Amino acid sequence: MGEAIVFYGLSALILGFAVMVISTRDTVHSVLFLVVNFLLVAMLYVLLGAEFLAVIQVLVYAGGILVLYLFVVMLVNLKRPPETYQDPRRQTRLGLALSGAVLAEFVAIGVYGYTSPEGLPAVAAQAVEGGNVEQVGWVLYTNYLIPFEVASILLLVAMIGAIVLAQRDV
Amino acid sequence: MIDITPSHYMVLSATLFMIGVIGVMVRRNIIIIFMSIELMLNAVNVNLVAFSHQWQHVTGQVFALFVIAVAAAEAAVGLGIILAFYRNKETVNIDEMNVMRW
Amino acid sequence: MVDTLVIPLLKIVILLNAILIAVTYMVLLERKVIAWVQSRLGPMRVGPYGALQPIADAIKLMAKEDITPTRADRWVFTAAPIVVLVPALIVFAVIPFGPEVELFGRSVPLYITDINVGLLYVVAIASLGVYGIILAGWASNSKYPLLASLRATAQLISYEVAVTMILVSLVLTAGTLSMVGIVEAQRDAGLWFAFVQPVAFVVFFIGGMAETNRAPFDMPEAEQELTGGFHTEYSGMRFALFFLAEYANMIVISTVATTLFLGGWLRPFPGVAALGFLDLVPAWIWFLFKTFVFLYVFLWIRATLPRYRYDQLMRLGWKVLIPIGIGNIVVTGVVKVLL
Repeated sequence: MGEAIVFYGLSALILGFAVMVISTRDTVHSVLFLVVNFLLVAMLYVLLGAEFLAVIQVLVYAGGILVLYLFVVMLVNLKRPPETYQDPRRQTRLGLALSGAVLAEFVAIGVYGYTSPEGLPAVAAQAVEGGNVEQVGWVLYTNYLIPFEVASILLLVAMIGAIVLAQRDV
Repeated sequence: MIDITPSHYMVLSATLFMIGVIGVMVRRNIIIIFMSIELMLNAVNVNLVAFSHQWQHVTGQVFALFVIAVAAAEAAVGLGIILAFYRNKETVNIDEMNVMRW
Repeated sequence: MVDTLVIPLLKIVILLNAILIAVTYMVLLERKVIAWVQSRLGPMRVGPYGALQPIADAIKLMAKEDITPTRADRWVFTAAPIVVLVPALIVFAVIPFGPEVELFGRSVPLYITDINVGLLYVVAIASLGVYGIILAGWASNSKYPLLASLRATAQLISYEVAVTMILVSLVLTAGTLSMVGIVEAQRDAGLWFAFVQPVAFVVFFIGGMAETNRAPFDMPEAEQELTGGFHTEYSGMRFALFFLAEYANMIVISTVATTLFLGGWLRPFPGVAALGFLDLVPAWIWFLFKTFVFLYVFLWIRATLPRYRYDQLMRLGWKVLIPIGIGNIVVTGVVKVLL
């Protein structure tokens, strides 16, 4: 009962702030609504028992990536409003109609078409006692060690790329 | 309607995803488009964590962790590209970013 | 019902009041300590030896006119001081002030909650505190605050990386992310972690000083540099909120350093039985005493050292502290495996 109230409340707020993200004229306000959205999604993760991921979401997504977005918004401080020119070939209403159709399809699948498969596919059983952090750590460093290392190389490449791209040609 | 099943989370995730898709299609400010892409990645994460909760196995959360790492990398490089573009042609309107040289 | 709702609410109320009173008196303490270092007396007029000075300051700030610049973004301008203060206060939810004590027949732990990702929660909330500074500079719609806020933000996010790396090596040593678990790990090891990880201790304290924009790293808010920094356009109670937030952040860094490195509520040398007479002092008094030592060191350093120039500050963060942090993680990992 309490879980239902929290879930419906959080969902309403998440979707409400998401709509405000894509519909606000002022870019800075848009980024701030997205920050609130991510904090609410972190609360949803806590509801789902994924505490480590919730704190990582706040730390990395809301506290790192969006600060970067806010910085770029402030550096790109335009004198004229950014969205005055529109390409005449743009078909906004058709796009909205198609999105509505795809959304209806997704909701139909989610509500009517979802049946749980029989049993869990063969994954290694929980090999370590302890809370959420210990289990995530165990699985991350034993079963998924190679993706972990590849992700670290990806971040290194992204770091180098971002520095090279944003450099001034001195 | 009182019991929260994975179907509820799938509907939430699908709606959040489509809001992101609408943002990418309708808005012309490229920074808002990037933020809509972040919304889409977030929707996928919600789905993954919901299923991880249903099966009581942390693989979904580990996958979501990798999605966050990839989103961070993509945001950094994408914003670098935006800044480099802005330095050459003073616009962030993607309908004006349509020529290879000028 | 009582245990899950009433007692934590009571603890929250008591803790918030205690922190807000402590923060107002920190202002007076800072002025007094800096004055004594400089061979003068500090505030002496209001009350005995200036003890009522914070009350006079509070009345003055509340009575001032609340000015909003003309073309400032009104919502963001109002929200920025709140966004700076709230993270500084909610971190106290996971700080352990003491072990379980017997109060009115119940066993009450002297912390609001103990989540299993406590240390990561502290770092996450600290990373949210950056938003208030960016928004304050942006919403003022004026050149000096904008530049100062961009500088302050760059400083904060740079030192956040260094501090987080130090905390990783500390988590390796303690084996747990929960704050109470780290204190208990120090009790089981019989040694404060300041002796096990001295490099981490020093780097954490330096990084903590840079995180709170405290001297010698207070370039973004120094009056001589950018006419008051990101809070130039703020007046009255909103200005007061920025300063409350800064002192609350100082108390946060002090309490976190006490918990992580000085054994939290443990007495000195918790493993040595011969010093058992020190157990007569209640555990939370040890905690407050150690926190006070850190606060005093903050004030002492402010009174003594000159300010870092901005490029020296960034060089220190990126080229000195981060390599030290990475080296610390490697050495800690190797020692943990070999021992």
